[in-house]
Amino acid sequence: MPFIPHTEDDIREMLAAIGAPSIEALFDEIPQELRTQALAGVPPGLSELEIGRLMTERAKQDGRPLSFLGAGAYEHHIPSAVWAIVTRGEIYSAYTPYQAEASQGTLQAIYEYQTMIASLTGMQVSNATLYDGGSALAEAALMAVRAHRKSSSQRILVPTTVHPHYRKVAVATAGNQGLVFDTVPYVRESGCLAPAALAKHAGEDITALVIQQPNFFGMLEDVDALTDWAHAQGALVIAVVNPTSLALLKPPGEWGAKGADIVVGEGQPLGVPLSSGGPYFGFMTTRMEHVRQMPGRIVGRTVDLDGREGFALTLQAREQHIRRGKATSNICTNQGLLMTAATIYMSIMGPEGLERVAALCAQRTRELVTALTRVKGVRRCFEGPYFHEAVVLLDRPVTGVLRELASRGVLGGFDLTEHYPELGAALLVCATETKTAADVDAYATALSEALRAVRAA
Amino acid sequence: MPNRREKIIFEYSRPGRGATGQWPEKTPVPADLPKAQLRKGRPLLPEVSELEAVRHYTRLSQLNFSIDTHFYPLGSCTMKYNPKACNQYAMLPEFTGRHPLGPESHGQGFLACMFELQEMLKSVTGMQGVSLTPMAGAHGEFAGVAMIRAYHRARGDLARNEIIVPEAAHGTNPATATMCGCVVREIPVLADGDVDIEALKAAVGPNTAGIMLTNPSTLGVFERRIREVAGIVHAAGGLLYYDGANLNAILGKVRPGDMGFDVIHMNLHKTFSTPHGGGGPGSGAVGVSERLLPYLPIPIVGREDERYRWLTEKDLPQSIGRLSAFMGNAGVLLRAYVYMRMLGREGMGRVGDFATLNANYLLAKLTQAGYEAAYPQRRASHEFIITAKRQAKEQGVTAMDIAKRLLDYGFHAPTTYFPLLVPECLLIEPTETESREALDAFIGAMVKIRQEAGSDPQLLKGAPHTLPVRRLDDVRAARQLDLTWKPGAAA
Repeated sequence: MPFIPHTEDDIREMLAAIGAPSIEALFDEIPQELRTQALAGVPPGLSELEIGRLMTERAKQDGRPLSFLGAGAYEHHIPSAVWAIVTRGEIYSAYTPYQAEASQGTLQAIYEYQTMIASLTGMQVSNATLYDGGSALAEAALMAVRAHRKSSSQRILVPTTVHPHYRKVAVATAGNQGLVFDTVPYVRESGCLAPAALAKHAGEDITALVIQQPNFFGMLEDVDALTDWAHAQGALVIAVVNPTSLALLKPPGEWGAKGADIVVGEGQPLGVPLSSGGPYFGFMTTRMEHVRQMPGRIVGRTVDLDGREGFALTLQAREQHIRRGKATSNICTNQGLLMTAATIYMSIMGPEGLERVAALCAQRTRELVTALTRVKGVRRCFEGPYFHEAVVLLDRPVTGVLRELASRGVLGGFDLTEHYPELGAALLVCATETKTAADVDAYATALSEALRAVRAA
Repeated sequence: MPNRREKIIFEYSRPGRGATGQWPEKTPVPADLPKAQLRKGRPLLPEVSELEAVRHYTRLSQLNFSIDTHFYPLGSCTMKYNPKACNQYAMLPEFTGRHPLGPESHGQGFLACMFELQEMLKSVTGMQGVSLTPMAGAHGEFAGVAMIRAYHRARGDLARNEIIVPEAAHGTNPATATMCGCVVREIPVLADGDVDIEALKAAVGPNTAGIMLTNPSTLGVFERRIREVAGIVHAAGGLLYYDGANLNAILGKVRPGDMGFDVIHMNLHKTFSTPHGGGGPGSGAVGVSERLLPYLPIPIVGREDERYRWLTEKDLPQSIGRLSAFMGNAGVLLRAYVYMRMLGREGMGRVGDFATLNANYLLAKLTQAGYEAAYPQRRASHEFIITAKRQAKEQGVTAMDIAKRLLDYGFHAPTTYFPLLVPECLLIEPTETESREALDAFIGAMVKIRQEAGSDPQLLKGAPHTLPVRRLDDVRAARQLDLTWKPGAAA
């Protein structure tokens, strides 16, 4: 029996100890008419050899195309040590560290993570992760409402330059509690939030302004001016940031005169594989004054009965297992394993390694933009500084071009047509340190062929 | 377990050191990035060699109890063995390298696994549709209650904002109801562990959105009058939510869909053996009955003409929407898929069988040894409750003391002080993957602890004695917040 160690003797003797005639008899409290007959939808079991064969075949079917997709999930080199350690049973198969004495490894790793991510974002405190970047934004909006007692509007301004999926997650999650998300448009030329559109909201009761940096188009927003504007209106600032970019870019804690109030983002770039969208982790940091409004677990350093240093979950009175209906969130299970991966990743990269990754991503993307815009029928969409993503405009509909590229083994980027139809045939492209100069050339060549094929069709 | 502590990673840090072999080449920062946008000081990240990082995190890992190293009878958490194959095949390079926004042409293998997982989960739960996107149990609960609300709203039934939960419910249930903008109404449980039907009848009405139930309940017993509960809630116009925390108990035995539930979340990290990872990731896939199909969270995997494709808002315009940036914890779902395929149809029923056999065996032996069962007249499901209220009164030894002493004997503690309505409780769940010898060793430790409670209660009150740390000062942790390491600061 797979994963069940019982012998016939064990079963007989255990039933005798219980005083039951059969295993079946142990279910005698379940009304007979409810009992399941057959599970028609589950096929017969497979051995490890057989499932291995099937999974390998399925994996091969998906292949390993050359990808220039970003849009919220980024292909980075992950040092071998990261997953070699993370998949150790002592980390992989441990539970949430509620029994502190038996979980010091996990607890200390969280404390180290909190230190690193707080410093990277320029904030004072961090929680022990949320589900992903999208759900972290939803939680940040809810937290802003709790933290901002003077604002009663529960109104959050969200530029359309924030990841469209994040905006949907925020509405689907926080909308149930009556939060309102009002969008603010961007400027066609710059691909950045429109200050004039924002100015129309001056004097209104706004709970928070969301600023994504780099924004969904890869462009750099004027974060200092936006932060100061929001604070002048009495609104909080929720920053959505890419952790890799923070090795180069000003951390949200230093935006404007006072810095952002709540910082969230997708932690995936820090040592977590793309893996079709998850498991990733959402990070959240804030100032000390808001720590009691944070959702999720937090670890603190303390001492034991003998005065020796140790770690424990703290401020648990915020959480569902204590506060039930009055908790800051219903979150319980988070993304601990991925947080551990990120902690090891940040330790191995250190400040210089992460800086190199960020600089090389930015450099490669510039080479990509140069190479692609040399192709006939391709031009850049926005003017201005960007990080490691950019939007290009094609002279043919994006869908067909991407299909042609995919048939050549190249994933050309994210089609913006559905979310931003006003841009025309716009494509969001990304190059990270995993791409070589030869990869960039290969993409440009394939794009030129693909466009020719689409024109010919 | 080593009785030692490990330095903080920053204490190994030396300026100028680094795992340079893992870094990419050095390139200048692009000149077009404006100065005002650039970071001035470097972030506080460790500067260590690869070996230092590897040794540090390996040594940290050794300070944990885990399923791979210890028996972990943590009630309500289903700490069963996580097969290695599940991890290995979910981490094939094509799967880990697949971008979430990659085209369906380069995802048919992955999507086939997801589609088949949806179908298998429908089959074992008796539901009509499944969405895999919720990323944890509480996230699945959120999806479930949001669907219940969407259903009532779509019918113009706007007053229904009350969610009924039994007093023994998981904390996530009331917290979820609040997240969904609902009001929580708690109902009592009878002395035999079943829901108080009269109180339920009095609680339902035109404001009832639904009820959230776990079955077997958090008290470790099967809710025998579940069909009656379903009848009362449905007759009042409400829907039934199944909290799948305890699905392991009844896998292959009885299906939530057949009990009358309208929506269920499954904890794939419990029942389907994906790892707990020291706190996550989980996966809280949701299943629904016919009437909730239109509201399932997106995306879902559909099949047309032997091709798999994502179903989105366009296919399900009434969906409660998107709960994650992409499609939830895909890699966790692949692990659950491998597990379910390995178990197969016949293996599903065995899970319920042996989880229940192990729990009832432990209960019988512990009661013989003098421990008091909270519900002695009932069968255990996959878990059961021991109450230490007598020890607390007579010897001043609490459930917490017993739990901490178990750590000294090399067993992870059972869940303590949950559910809240049983005083001094220990909620014990052995799971089906533990051998009789492992159970006997645990019983042996419990017998010794009972003796120690009589002969030397201080030994228990001061436990654990052999772990890297003894009991920690939680009050100090909360009052003198030390949440990040600072150079030169010690605890």
